Amino acid sequence: MVGGFRWAAMFPDEVWEHVFSFLPADADRNAAALVCRAWYRIERRSRWRVFVGNCYAVEPAAAVRRFPEVRAAAIKGKPHFADFNLVPSDWGGGAEAWVEAMAEGWPHLEELRLKRMVVSDDCLELIARCFKNFKVLSLVSCEGFSTAGLAAIAANCRNLRELDLHENEVEDNCLHWMSHFPESFASLVTLNIACLEGEVNVSVLERLIGRCPNLKTLRLNHSVPLERLVGLLHRVPQLVDLGTGKFAAQHHPELFSKLESAIAGCKNLKSLSGFWEAGPTYLPAIYSVCEGLTSLNLSYATLQGPELIKLISRCKNLQRLWVMDLIEDDGLIAVAASCKLLQELRVFPSDPYGAAQPISLTEHGLVAISAGCPMLHSVLYFCRQMTNAALLTVAKNCPNFTCFRLCIMEPHTPDYITRQPLDAGFSAIVESCKHLRRLSLSGLLTDLVFKSIGASANCLEMLSVAFAGDGDAGLHYILSGCKNLRKLEIRDCPFGDKPLLDNAAKLETMRSLWMSSCSVTLGACRQLARKMPLLNVEVINERKRGLPLELQPDNCPVEKLYIYRTVAGPRSDTPSCVWILR
Amino acid sequence: MEAEASYVKDTELRLGLPGTHAPAETRGSKRALPEDDEKSHGKSKARVVGWPPIQSYRKNSFRARKAEAEAAGSYVKVSMDGAPYLRKIDLRVYRGYKELREALEDMFGCFSLGEASGAEGCTGSEHAMAYEDKDGDLMLVGDVPWEMFISSCKRLRIMKGSEARGLG
Repeated sequence: MVGGFRWAAMFPDEVWEHVFSFLPADADRNAAALVCRAWYRIERRSRWRVFVGNCYAVEPAAAVRRFPEVRAAAIKGKPHFADFNLVPSDWGGGAEAWVEAMAEGWPHLEELRLKRMVVSDDCLELIARCFKNFKVLSLVSCEGFSTAGLAAIAANCRNLRELDLHENEVEDNCLHWMSHFPESFASLVTLNIACLEGEVNVSVLERLIGRCPNLKTLRLNHSVPLERLVGLLHRVPQLVDLGTGKFAAQHHPELFSKLESAIAGCKNLKSLSGFWEAGPTYLPAIYSVCEGLTSLNLSYATLQGPELIKLISRCKNLQRLWVMDLIEDDGLIAVAASCKLLQELRVFPSDPYGAAQPISLTEHGLVAISAGCPMLHSVLYFCRQMTNAALLTVAKNCPNFTCFRLCIMEPHTPDYITRQPLDAGFSAIVESCKHLRRLSLSGLLTDLVFKSIGASANCLEMLSVAFAGDGDAGLHYILSGCKNLRKLEIRDCPFGDKPLLDNAAKLETMRSLWMSSCSVTLGACRQLARKMPLLNVEVINERKRGLPLELQPDNCPVEKLYIYRTVAGPRSDTPSCVWILR
Repeated sequence: MEAEASYVKDTELRLGLPGTHAPAETRGSKRALPEDDEKSHGKSKARVVGWPPIQSYRKNSFRARKAEAEAAGSYVKVSMDGAPYLRKIDLRVYRGYKELREALEDMFGCFSLGEASGAEGCTGSEHAMAYEDKDGDLMLVGDVPWEMFISSCKRLRIMKGSEARGLG
């Protein structure tokens, strides 16, 4: 540009800060920061929201130093496959380093969201003590803390608005943690304790929510009996999002009508979840609010098809539905007929390890939904059979998919009619759905499907592969294509050293790569680590037989491999089963 | 393009010994020959770690619920190695091991249980009856009193041939 960037100096910093405040995405702010030194300086001082997709990608102190005015931080730890017990429990992802750095450099922090991290009670106590204006604590799939830590948060965070505990493993050692919220405390907007195992003192909870006029989200745990739900609902008729506790009790007409009227009294209810042990008895009590529901999570309820159909056909405005496969094809056909605004569907298996259970949830259900719900863009579907024809139909019906995750539960399952691999079906999906950002494959698949994915999936950011492919070509297609790929996770595929080494540069453009039970050797990992200093090449070997990893030969097979880009160098908290190669 | 060709040549997996040439059409289906698929289903359903990909949190919910449901009744699944489907029986209906075994012979007779002999759990040299107890351990049927057996049995498994011999 002629004259350099002197035009940038024509406006005072505040003007640029104001301009940058309109940039919605971090990527845009990152780009602005690269324009010139002035913009780098202005941008970093005005960024107040930071997202760290991999807690080991940057030193906490460096992040805190660069963005001194951060008010909201989100950090992710363990790789996604940790959800399925593929990552050793002591692998890492501890939150202390981050919380300590943030306590030091971001005393005005208001929001902290952690996912798949190990959060100790000490961390929670530090958060409670150091951040005077702390408002939002969201912990998703974390572990390492107990209700004693929650007590510290309750006692000290005077302005807490959100306490969102989603699917964490929490040790229950402080029964009365909720009593630690002071009597003057009234600022809660969200309280999600659905994942807590222990008993909840419902009277304390009643008093707590009774004094929080802005409470919009309340998700209880399964210990809260149905009888007490009535009293709770009376105190928060303004609720928008309700997670029930145990949704079963002995049949009592009086309880039923009380429950029915309490729920009807919540005129703003848009989202329902919980429903532990729900049976047909009390389900009709929620019929009155069904028309207003946009989100319904029945995935922990073992309700059968007929009850589910009766319920869901009333939910004409449903946008998100999570349900068990007990809904069967017939149920999904009913959903397709009633829920025309459906955007997201997740169908979970009720009996993932049982063999030949006669549950009639097949490709027909998926096809019906794809045909009947024009706004559908996100699917997670567990089933036992699939055909290429069905996938082709789904692809044609739903070109707007952003997320397609299909899990055919038996590995290597072919098209059950033609006995062919499902290459054609998944290829149709990636070729038709030009905005696909997330894809999970399953069934019998050859390298051909990867050729299609590499060539067509231009928006794909996350790909999950299991028990698929014939050889190295498969992985090469992915790594040499998929220009927006950020996360790749692979298990039990015959992919080896060559595609990794040939596409080493690609790995630096991605957040991370996970490979387990593939055909990668130690030698290739060593080469990769030497060639790419900005990658941490973590070799995970849990069996620990024979020589330590440094002395193993190059042809030693690697069980699990986790590669991620980082500017922080090798981390210092690796357990004994993890080696970071240099 | 050339790079891709090098992948195909170098890494092509073949069915035969090195040096022999395998027919190209079998590439797609070599891992799942149609007829074999059904037969292998009943065999060792060895559980693969982390598959199907269900979050531990969700799995634990299932287990808790199943435990509660099964505590309510005494219906247990019965699997037989080699049989394509399982059965479910209510253990409280039988008065002892002999009746249980007879009932199972009726149910699975078509898959040939073999002749009774010796200890309750061993049906000759061909099959052994085993059960999974509360702790998830595989135990030989017949060691404990019947009442104790009913309360601790979660699942029955009729094991075949060579595996069975080890238990006898």
